[in-house]
Amino acid sequence: MNKPTKVLILGSGALKIGEAGEFDYSGSQALKALKEEGIRTILINPNIATVQTSEGMADDVYFLPVTPYFVEEVIKKEQPDGILVAFGGQTALNCAVALYRAGVFEKYNLPVLGTPVQSIIDTEDRDIFKEKLDQIGVLTARSVAVTTMDDALAAGEKIGFPIIVRAAFALGGLGSGFANNMDELRALAEKSFTTSDQILVEESLKGWKEVEYEVVRDAFDNCITVCNMENFDPIGIHTGESIVVAPSQTLSNREYHKLRSIGIKTIRHLGIVGECNIQYALDPVSEDYRVIEVNARLSRSSALASKATGYPLAFVAAKLSLGYSLAELKNSVTQTTTAFFEPALDYVVVKLPRWDLGKFAGVQRLIGSAMKSVGEVMAIGKSFEEAIQKGLRMLDTGKRGFVGNAPEQADNETIDRLLNQPNEERIFAINQAFEAGYTIERVHELTRIDLWFLQRLHGIFELGQRLATGREQGLWSLDVDLLREAKKAGFSDQQLAVQLLGADDVKADELRVRAHRKALGVLPVVKQIDTLAAEFPAKTNYLYLTYHGTENDLAPETERSIAVLGSGVYRIGSSVEFDWCGVNAVQTAAAEGYKTLIINYNPETVSTDYDVSDRLYFEELSYERVMDILDFEHPTGVILSTGGQIPNNLATRLEEAGAPILGTSAASIDMAENRHKFSSIMDELGIAQPRWNELTSLADMHAFVGEVGYPVLIRPSYVLSGAAMNVVSNPHELEEFLQTAAEVSAEYPVVVSEFIQEAKEIELDAVADHGEIVSYAISEHVEFAGVHSGDATMYYPPQRVYVGTIRKLKNIAEKIARRYDISGPFNIQFLEKNGVIRVIECNIRASRSYPFVSKISGNNLVTKATQVLLGVPVTRDDSERVYDLPFVGVKAPQFSFTRLPGADPVLRVDMVSTGEVGCLGDTAEEALLKSMLSVGYKIPQKTVLISGGPITSKVALLSSAQLLVKKGYQIFATQGTHRFFAENNVPSSLLFWPDDHQEPNVLTYLREKKIDLVINIPKNLSKGELDNDYKIRRTAIDFGIPLLTNARLASKFIRAFCSLEMADLKIKSWNEYKAM
Amino acid sequence: MENSKLVKLILEDGTEIQGQSFGAHMSVAGEVVFSTAMTGYPENLTDPSFAGQILVLTYPIVGNYGVPGEDLYESISKIFESDKIHIAGLVVNYYSDEHSHWNAAKSLGDWLKEYNIPGIAGVDTRMLTKILREKGAMLGKIVADEQDVPLHDPNLDNLVAQVSPPEVKHYGQGQHKIVLVDCGTKTNIIRCFLERDVELIRVPWDYDFTTLDYDGLFLSNGPGDPKMCEATIHNLQKALQQDKPIFGICLGSQLMGLAAGGDTFKLKYGHRSHNQPVRLSGTQRSYITSQNHGFAVDTDTLPAEWTMLFENLNDGTCEGIKHKTKPFFSTQFHPEAAGGPQDTEFMFDDFIEAVKEYKAAGKQG
Repeated sequence: MNKPTKVLILGSGALKIGEAGEFDYSGSQALKALKEEGIRTILINPNIATVQTSEGMADDVYFLPVTPYFVEEVIKKEQPDGILVAFGGQTALNCAVALYRAGVFEKYNLPVLGTPVQSIIDTEDRDIFKEKLDQIGVLTARSVAVTTMDDALAAGEKIGFPIIVRAAFALGGLGSGFANNMDELRALAEKSFTTSDQILVEESLKGWKEVEYEVVRDAFDNCITVCNMENFDPIGIHTGESIVVAPSQTLSNREYHKLRSIGIKTIRHLGIVGECNIQYALDPVSEDYRVIEVNARLSRSSALASKATGYPLAFVAAKLSLGYSLAELKNSVTQTTTAFFEPALDYVVVKLPRWDLGKFAGVQRLIGSAMKSVGEVMAIGKSFEEAIQKGLRMLDTGKRGFVGNAPEQADNETIDRLLNQPNEERIFAINQAFEAGYTIERVHELTRIDLWFLQRLHGIFELGQRLATGREQGLWSLDVDLLREAKKAGFSDQQLAVQLLGADDVKADELRVRAHRKALGVLPVVKQIDTLAAEFPAKTNYLYLTYHGTENDLAPETERSIAVLGSGVYRIGSSVEFDWCGVNAVQTAAAEGYKTLIINYNPETVSTDYDVSDRLYFEELSYERVMDILDFEHPTGVILSTGGQIPNNLATRLEEAGAPILGTSAASIDMAENRHKFSSIMDELGIAQPRWNELTSLADMHAFVGEVGYPVLIRPSYVLSGAAMNVVSNPHELEEFLQTAAEVSAEYPVVVSEFIQEAKEIELDAVADHGEIVSYAISEHVEFAGVHSGDATMYYPPQRVYVGTIRKLKNIAEKIARRYDISGPFNIQFLEKNGVIRVIECNIRASRSYPFVSKISGNNLVTKATQVLLGVPVTRDDSERVYDLPFVGVKAPQFSFTRLPGADPVLRVDMVSTGEVGCLGDTAEEALLKSMLSVGYKIPQKTVLISGGPITSKVALLSSAQLLVKKGYQIFATQGTHRFFAENNVPSSLLFWPDDHQEPNVLTYLREKKIDLVINIPKNLSKGELDNDYKIRRTAIDFGIPLLTNARLASKFIRAFCSLEMADLKIKSWNEYKAM
Repeated sequence: MENSKLVKLILEDGTEIQGQSFGAHMSVAGEVVFSTAMTGYPENLTDPSFAGQILVLTYPIVGNYGVPGEDLYESISKIFESDKIHIAGLVVNYYSDEHSHWNAAKSLGDWLKEYNIPGIAGVDTRMLTKILREKGAMLGKIVADEQDVPLHDPNLDNLVAQVSPPEVKHYGQGQHKIVLVDCGTKTNIIRCFLERDVELIRVPWDYDFTTLDYDGLFLSNGPGDPKMCEATIHNLQKALQQDKPIFGICLGSQLMGLAAGGDTFKLKYGHRSHNQPVRLSGTQRSYITSQNHGFAVDTDTLPAEWTMLFENLNDGTCEGIKHKTKPFFSTQFHPEAAGGPQDTEFMFDDFIEAVKEYKAAGKQG
């Protein structure tokens, strides 16, 4: 074997819809696999919040865009002798194909390890793909690849409707959809052509089963399938949008192995070396099939398959790309048997997607062949019922499972629609249908979901009814047999409480059920995932809990141990950054000599790799399940401050139950989370905050607003990423908003505060030990307050904050840390305007920016926090020295608006970004430009459209406009902006507003791509303005034109690209920055 | 399942597990073994190699796709691996009493009832599997309604004699005349031959096939201890003196080993799964195979002219043997699959090739 000595690995950049945390998992595993071989690894990935970009993973990291230009520059500089392109999703793959086509790999004599690029192209180009499969008699859907609209329409005619349109070379099914007639086809094709030069018009297989296999092949042509997966939702819904079950449940042996054999034959023919995924449509009434696609890389499905089986696909794929044969590698679970085997599961896994569509104004709520979900969960059980009910709770959308949720009234017409037109709530509509008396067959007709799944769900429904009818005897109607049956069907204690006792006092009733259940001896057992269904002993502790069993697979940990609660499902506002925090907490606890336990259920994470902790509990982060585990394990301590809001919300209840929670007391956490208590304490400490009031009546509210004036900011307590938080500008909006907010959080009061405009927002991330700060980092938002901190662009260290301000911030933080007696991580958000500093909020937990500031400063806040939590003596570090850093970090948000048709791509107080990057530069401009290029912005070629919004932002943009003109850009402007620029001697060309219906119209220019960059600043919230602005913003997104909606950020961006050429963006590695 | 009756599974080590009855509500004794296959219960349950065994399925949800209706291919079953259920009893975690499949004719429970086979559900099958893994396959019984039955070791019976057909049968009109010694053959072996231009003569286990005119000899799979098949071994020894190609599968492989002069032994808990990795000895080529056996050839005891053809990648046991010069070979695994992976079906092609070569050489000679 001729092993390389230095390998370059491409990451996937910021988390976005269609490309999320799964690639942190796959990249991290690849790095571990290479490291084990003594190979030097260089990673390119601007996603600073990932585990793979952490100290100790790659030998060096470039926080640079994964684009052909930057990757070639790194190749030129580093001269690696191998490159891995299959571990960074579609971003890395597309980049690799472009580099291959440009002859870059050849030029630098750089071998692509693993699957050859030509094989990748064979799978990505639909025409070639179909032809390759035809060669071996493998069936694909009848389809025609076209590059023009006329050909698309002709193809539609030939194949017959309904048809599906897909864009080639697109991640997560972007630009795909169904068309039932020529008009729909025309509309769809037009959109698809904006994302891809080639689109595919093909026969619709709607209603067929969707089945996937993960296939692994080595260079010696040995080939295995590691896992098959069956979609609960039939074809027509992207697999990333589907509920997915592993292994398949409704396939006979003949079907299972027919598809398996076809997969192996296909993958051999395509010549893939490493790991890939093959997707099929299977006729529900015969053995007829079609191959839909092959993903010649690690994918979301492969991450899921890895977690579902315990087979480390990415790790093995990396080894295979070095030339190992499968049989030479060991099964890392048993450590005695071979990696050449196909896992046997003795449990069932259900994956469910999480959507956050509610956060996007105007978005289309239906789901289909393009991905819209932002995260996923994986639930493990020994029955489908047990797993799916766990999974529905894991989504953390307030559901208690399949039944027992807050009742929703719907007439049959609505139910029919919810069942027939796939949407995020469909699974719950199935229960509504059962409640309304629908038969299983009727639900099947409407959904085409296999009867077997519906039978199982109906079983849960019936059991729920049985429990509910016993209510007159309350808890005492719950005998051991019924209780066991319900627990085996995945009912939580809380669900049982609601079914038996009603929903009046759920949390207290849940405790009663729990006590009753424990008294009856009905306890879950701990089972191991071992890849071989107990045929061989397992060395790893990959665990889940089930009620289908009588024996625990292992005894509780006897050495001193720490349990770390993970961050759960990725959603807008909480994703990979908290996984990084959790992994770092575990590593620190291990380094301090503790055995470590992780509880988490997100298959897209590194924390759920079974080699990260001593015991991985792939389980719910609910009070019930966490207590089940703590009751069993009795760990020395529990850390819940590194997993974001889900574990933090458990603090009070866990503490009341006597759990050994480390760090700040639950009471303190509550006093910070509860806005009312928090504000009182700020008053007590004499710390300024925006004036606020607690909503008890509308009349009081109007009086308060009369005092502070509009706009006001409204937010319920216990928010994460500003859920249900909004700025309202007039009384009408206020009342409208309060109605929806009350639904979101009835248990906590709603707080209204004055909204300070044009204030600077500054954040402090810190660690305190018994109230004394031992490390901190202050970062500065580019945007004024009003943009959610998760959507804001941030400098670290701060660039334009007075030393005096920083001193004041620190003093305030010290006061707060002492008052709350904080031990562990915390974060404070400040406003600064005209020298006055106000505190907006304080979170007594690790925050989103922890990885960013930790990596840049070199002071790992999580390590420090964990040491504090463990009682290890720590000293105050030299946080101040960060102002001497010879470089700057900029964190920029990634938006996924292209994937959310209809959504208004504008920044508000409610978070809408799906990911982030962090880049380094010698100057703030350089770091900003790199980070913005990393999240998909492009330096405009010739033209910029400015629609400047209110006068203040027009003024703010004026000098930028002058700069653009000086650099030779042509400026287009809408009416008011055009007039303003003319008055200030800045030449611009007028474009009419969309509703002027007059040419030259701004929409025409956007559709014809005559504009390279759109700057649209929303003026106010009035309806007409909103429609016009909305149309401009949405059209820009739909036609792939970079869009900025914040004047401050737009100015900084323009200043950066006008002052720097591409060649000025230094190709410097993290180590080089650190050595400065 | 709320109203189902309770039954007990009792192992010879005293382990007692309660569960719900499905299938026939009755008591039965047998050898308790586990299979980790995730699909294929219609195939598994009709595999004669399971005769006398109480089968524990580690995959927790069973019965989902029901049981297909009978459908014939030539004169044999198109779906099932024999004409009846051969297991003595079935043990599962969760029995799906409702099923869904376009090809299903009945539920698993009804099918078991039809053949008077008891099933027990609600069992911690993982715990049971771990017991069998640690202590080895052991005797056990399913006890319904306190109707106790004595433990019984099926390996002391001549199971092959029980499952082997009483008379000779002919199939197909292909140009290669193959004798199939039926020690409990799976029907997919017959299907695999019939797809390959074969005239098949299926003979009972103790039939003296040396009296027949044939081009190649095939030794089938079957249940129990190979040493019980003295008559087959005796006939086989005669065939080994000749040069006609011989191919054996599973029990057939063990019989070949014994006839060649080697020995067999009982594995602790056997190989019963669809994911057994085997390597073609001396190469980098490996295959995933379907297996169902409790005994294996001890390669150390093979005479010098024999060698290991395949080896198990997990425990190194013998997965097939071959003669160094003559066209005699065998696989411990099941190239005919059904259920399980179909990756080694080429073994049938290799055998037919050997037959062709033998015939061509004969013509020249």
